Amino acid sequence: MAAPVSIQLEFGGGAELLFDGVKKHHVTLPSQSEPWDVKQLLVWIQRNLLKERPELFVQGDSVRPGILVLINDADWELMGELDYQLQDQDNVVFISTLHGG
Amino acid sequence: MCQVDEVYSDHLERAAVPSVSKKCLKCKEAAAAVVIRAGHSYCRGCFREYFIHKFRAMLGKNRIIFPAEKVLLAVSGGPSSCSMLSLVQEGLSQSAHKKLRFLPGIVYIDEGGAISQSMEERQRIVAELQAVFKGTGFPFHIVPLEQVLDLPSSVLVTGPPTSDQPASAYKAAVDHFIQNNSSIFSAPPDQEETSPPSQKETSLPDIQESRVHLLQQLIGSVKTLTAKADLLNILRQHLLVHTARAEGYSKLMLGDSCTRLAVKLLTSVSLGRGAQLPQDTGFSDPRYGDITLMRPMRDYSSKEIAFYNHMFKVPSVFIPSLETKTTDKASIQRLTEGFVTKLQADFPHTVSAIYRTSEKLQTAFRSSSTADSSGRCLFCMCILDTAVESASAFNMTLISEQLSQTKAAGNTKAELQQQSPAEPESSAPAGQCCSSGGGEDCGRAAGGGGCCSTDKATETPNLRSLLCYSCQLTIKDMSSVDHLPLYILSEAQRRQRRSQMREEISEFLLDGEDD
Repeated sequence: MAAPVSIQLEFGGGAELLFDGVKKHHVTLPSQSEPWDVKQLLVWIQRNLLKERPELFVQGDSVRPGILVLINDADWELMGELDYQLQDQDNVVFISTLHGG
Repeated sequence: MCQVDEVYSDHLERAAVPSVSKKCLKCKEAAAAVVIRAGHSYCRGCFREYFIHKFRAMLGKNRIIFPAEKVLLAVSGGPSSCSMLSLVQEGLSQSAHKKLRFLPGIVYIDEGGAISQSMEERQRIVAELQAVFKGTGFPFHIVPLEQVLDLPSSVLVTGPPTSDQPASAYKAAVDHFIQNNSSIFSAPPDQEETSPPSQKETSLPDIQESRVHLLQQLIGSVKTLTAKADLLNILRQHLLVHTARAEGYSKLMLGDSCTRLAVKLLTSVSLGRGAQLPQDTGFSDPRYGDITLMRPMRDYSSKEIAFYNHMFKVPSVFIPSLETKTTDKASIQRLTEGFVTKLQADFPHTVSAIYRTSEKLQTAFRSSSTADSSGRCLFCMCILDTAVESASAFNMTLISEQLSQTKAAGNTKAELQQQSPAEPESSAPAGQCCSSGGGEDCGRAAGGGGCCSTDKATETPNLRSLLCYSCQLTIKDMSSVDHLPLYILSEAQRRQRRSQMREEISEFLLDGEDD
């Protein structure tokens, strides 16, 4: 049983439009039996934060191509992408590089 | 391995992840932060160095900007152009040996009117950008897109190239500049003197409601998003060039990134703009003659830019565009972007492969690059690609279009026969006379054949004969060309009159290039 994880989410480059224009979110992920990873985080975001047009943010179980993910200011490709296990106080940033957001 | 039925993809992807080293590839000490391309990961410091160096190398390699030249940076507020702005700032502030030596200015085009933003919204964005621009200390110009309606038709005329100097002249100019190095520090105060007046005019000049309305009518008259985006591009470029000319700049820097150019390249091909690819995607674009467009960011992928901006807190302002929140299939531009980014996700070399291709492209009729403005497209200012021999795919399309538009078949036949002998005769001078003649015939034929809207049929072909193939397609998607800005229409009339006159006096002309 993992304890609840509190993390900071940030959206930029136009991705924030799908979240009511709010760039920074402090969220606490509820405790669950297994540790939180990024894959589960995306599902959680989709259910709890995303306001509209989920297809513009997620595709399959990953983010839409063209949206960059940074975990604690480092490329998520270095952190194991979807399998990275979130720690308390982690900072996850999503930046859209697509034209027009 | 190497069996017939083996599935490779899973294997290979699994293997790729651990091979990414956690240490920086360059200094091999600090922890890596960015994966630039597969297997290349840099730490923060090395990434910054690499990023900044690339910009200077790009400018140094191309040797286009002469010392103390005035260069206008087109900043849209997006990540790439803001990154460009910060790189220029970086390059100028540094006292190291490879300092940039030109005088920059900033232009921002407020396109809020085209996407029906409220005045408050536009003012908020402009205020935000103004804060960014003021921080740089460069003079800046904020121009609402509505001003495109009041442009003079001289925008559509290519100016004489200002500096056609050979490469050796560049070196001499640099040496001369270095010798007079003492004057180097007189430049910044000079700028500050000029900046207050320019800052006054920049607080978004009052835009009349009627102007906004006219612009919206123009954009609204375009039926598809593809054509809308294309038209907006053209108008924006005209306004940028006009601003550069009016303010005395001779270079215009655009912030197209490598990813953006890859998308643009494929989009252009699908839009029938293939003939203009080298100019549209190359490092420098001399089509306006006196103003050279440059794309110094064309070596950066959008990922690198996003990382740099995020890590080093480069301010950028998100500005919604026509394509914001649209689906992948909303326009050709959008579709291509989706295609490229999706492919890039699985095959990380997609963008660079497309981009490298663009570097190798050259147009066949390069020799006519000095053609006068009548041989250029009225919209995109490229050399007309419609002046081709009669047995070409382009002319076939025209003929089949004519055939399907005209109901009286006998009429068309006569028209075609009449048209074909006229072509070889006038093919010597750039060939635009023949295409304009054909266009008029087509208009008359349509009118005679009892077409429902005679008005449109006579107006559109006239304009179409002055456009390149791709811009003709854009015009086709417009419900009416009457909403086009006056400068385009009056220039069209002027060119038409000239070609008419040339036809009238053609018997007396010598078989020369000049008019």
